[in-house]
Formats: sequence, structure tokens, C-alpha cells
Amino acid sequence: MSADQTQRAARCLVAKVGLDGHDRGAHVIARAFRDAGFEVIYSGLHRAPEEIVQAAVQEDVDVLGISILSGAHNTLVPTVIEGLQSYDAFDDTLILVGGIIPDEDTAELKELGVAEVFGPGTAIEDTVEFVREHVSSE
Amino acid sequence: MALDTLAPADAALYADVLDGDHSALARLITKIENRTPGYRALLSALHDHTGNAAVIGITGSPGAGKSTLVDKLTRQYRNNGETVGIIAVDPSSPYSGGSVLGDRIRMGSTAGDMEVFVRSMSARGRLGGLSMATADAVKALDAFGKDRIIVETVGAGQNEVDIVETAETVVVVVQPGSGDDVQLLKAGILEIGDLFVVNKADMDEAAGTVAELEAMVHMDESSTGVLGGHHAPDSTETNALSAVDESDDTETGWTAPVIQTVGTTGVGVDELRGGLEAHQRYLADTREGERRRQTRAQTEIRRLLRSDLGELAEQVLVRRGGVESLAESVARRDTDPYAVVDELVEPLEAAVLDALETEE
Repeated sequence: MSADQTQRAARCLVAKVGLDGHDRGAHVIARAFRDAGFEVIYSGLHRAPEEIVQAAVQEDVDVLGISILSGAHNTLVPTVIEGLQSYDAFDDTLILVGGIIPDEDTAELKELGVAEVFGPGTAIEDTVEFVREHVSSE
Repeated sequence: MALDTLAPADAALYADVLDGDHSALARLITKIENRTPGYRALLSALHDHTGNAAVIGITGSPGAGKSTLVDKLTRQYRNNGETVGIIAVDPSSPYSGGSVLGDRIRMGSTAGDMEVFVRSMSARGRLGGLSMATADAVKALDAFGKDRIIVETVGAGQNEVDIVETAETVVVVVQPGSGDDVQLLKAGILEIGDLFVVNKADMDEAAGTVAELEAMVHMDESSTGVLGGHHAPDSTETNALSAVDESDDTETGWTAPVIQTVGTTGVGVDELRGGLEAHQRYLADTREGERRRQTRAQTEIRRLLRSDLGELAEQVLVRRGGVESLAESVARRDTDPYAVVDELVEPLEAAVLDALETEE
């Protein structure tokens, strides 16, 4: 019956991985996602890749937004992706990376399965729109 | 309900959950939250596997230190070899429907340990209400086999009271020097606490808050004769049962202890765990545990029934042209809300009575 009617709000984990302590960007994204009507789980600072995997799996998020400003994305992001794969949670998670990522690394990250990389100067609306497009299509 | 009513995909999910697959558990809770078709059959099938976990509810005002205490408590349970499931409930933004759930930030000491399953939930406009989703998620964790389940929520009204009543044991966390908290307690949270915690007990005002709380707990005890039971004797449905148990209650009654903790350093967490154990023992040794299980089952049946009937009512509304047009005629004073509802309900009532009679 109609009690089974589905209610859906995109669930997003906004994650800070690694050692950099700059979370202003992550906060801005978290607020923007909230205002867009998404459910946002914020990880807090200095998380290890394993913690991010644990949170993404348990919270069953649609979107994992990783913010990295330390330059360690080439080691941290693959570790997170491998972790998600080991829990069979990679395919149904949209992975976004935000931060300072050189162009040549961007291509590599996308190869690994990152859906999009958002660098400095990205308009918040574009990020929200990207999530809407890719999550509602499920 | 028989297992064969499950869709093939749900049957696989059911097997995976019972098999200890954490990502399956996560997907099951998503289904529960979203009310994805089939979730009821799944819960119905899982019901038989529940009833083994010790369920604790923790409530208190924002910033009282609930998440930090939960974290420390969880660590102790883990050191003891027990598995833990946590549901952290946060209110959502009423404007956008979105929310930021930050309780995980303070649950870091067991991070990376999958045997601690933390799930954040918001209060987004659910049809059945958040309390139903929480109760169902507790069921999922219970069936999965978690030894301890902790439900954490901001204490700010009836909704939260409903949520923590999913638990067998309810802890109310207060921070020192907050006169407002104590006001809040007077306003109805006092009845639901099986244990009280004054967190941040290293603050100057802690002693005063403890004294105030203790005075209130004892006042409560003498004025009602029923001791700090969290299903307060105000709901009529429990009266019949509690009347039977009255003698037991007064013999082996429970007085809610007031425990001082410093969540950040872990001081007092041993005492809190001890207090929780003592309460669990109390529930097991007296008929209070059985009485609470009964009450919870009653609440659940009533809640489900009301929710389903509510859906039915919505369908009736739609068939009668929608609530807007009816509201218009009421606003114009062409008719009144009572007459409108009488007219809507009458055929339902007749049909129900008819059906009941033919059954007999």
C-alpha cells in the first residue's frame, strides 16, 4: 500500500582526510548541501582513510565528498576507493574530490573512479547541481 | 510473516544482514529510512531475530556532552569484547529539509572499528515520524546481532521522549549550571530518566546541579510512589499492567542515581556503565522489564496502526477532492471542519463495522 511510498533525500558524507587542518571549504560545502535539502554527515578533521570508509559504508551515503588541501590526494583517495570496494560500496557512491589538485592528477583520480574534481573558484551551485544530476538518476 | 513474501533482492539482503554483512545492514537502514517498498516485509521477517540486545537511550540538551559520553561508553564495551550499534538522531533544518549531522565527529575513539556501527539520522519530514524509523533501525541492529545499542537524541520535546522510549534504559545528561536544563527536567524529562548524568562535573556549578537533581528525583519518588520509571504512570494503557505489578514495584523499586562524569577525560564513565548494568539487572530481576517490553509492543502496534490509518485517511481525502478544496469551503464558512470530517469518516466507520460483524 501507499505506506511504502518512498522518501528520498541525497545523503552526503563531507570528509576531511589526512593531515591538513583547513576545513573552511568543507564547512561551506556542508552548509550549501544542507540548504539544498541534502542530508549531510560531516566527518570532522584529520580522518584516516579507514575512518572515512567506515563512515561511508555505515551511513550508506549516495555522495562522498573528500576535501584535501595537503597534496596527499594521490595516496589518500586510492586508499579510500579500495576500502569502499572491499565493502562493496564503491559502485553506488558518487565520489567527489575538492581541493588543490593539479590537472594531471585530476585525470588520474577520475580514472580511479572519482566522478568529479572541484578546484578553487568552483561555484557552489555547480557542485550542488552536479550532485542533483547524478544522484536523482538512480 | 513468512520469508517467501520477500522479493528476491530483499531475501538476499535479509540473509546478508543475518550473516553479519555491515554494508547490507547499512542498506537495510536506508530502506527503513526511505520507506522503500518491501521494508515492512523485511522488518516483519527480522522481528523473530530481535530481543537480544541491551538498548540504551541517551538524551539531553545540545552541548551537554552526549556524543562524547557515548564514545567513551562504547570504547568500554569494545574493550569488553561486545559489539555496539549507535543511532545518533539530529534535528533537521525545517526550511530546506536538509541537515548537517555531526555526532560522528565526537565518536572518534572507536573509528575504523566496524564492530561499532554508527548511523546518523535526521528528522526530515517523515510520514511515520522519526520515532518509528528509529525503533525500526534499532530492530535492524538488534537482528544483526549487536550486543549493545545506543540511541542518542537531543532532548527537546515529545518527539525525543518517543525516541528514547525505544530503549530499555534511559539516561538523561545534564550540564552544570544550566538552570534551563533543570527547568526542562521539570517540564517532563524527569519522568523518563532511569539514570541522570551531570556531565562536565569538573565545572564549579556541578555540585549544585547534582544536589538539585537529587532533590528532584527524591521528590518525584515520594509524590507518585512510582520510582523514576520511564514509562510514567500517566498513560492509560499501562495502568492496568502497573496496577498488577504495584506490589513488586514498591518492594524492589528503582531510584534513579545521579552520576557525575567528565566525558572528555572519561572520569565517571565506569560508574555510568555500572549504573546501566544495575538497571539492566533490575529490569531482569523484577517484572518491570517484562512490563516495559509489553508497553513497547503496545506502543508499536498503536503507532503502526495509526500510521496506516493515517494513510487511508489521506486516500479518502484525495478521493473527495483533496484537502485544499475542503479547506476553502471551511475558510469561507460554508461548512465547518467537524462536519467535513464527520462526512469523511462516516462511510469508513460503516464499512469497518460491517466487516467486523461479518467476521464474528
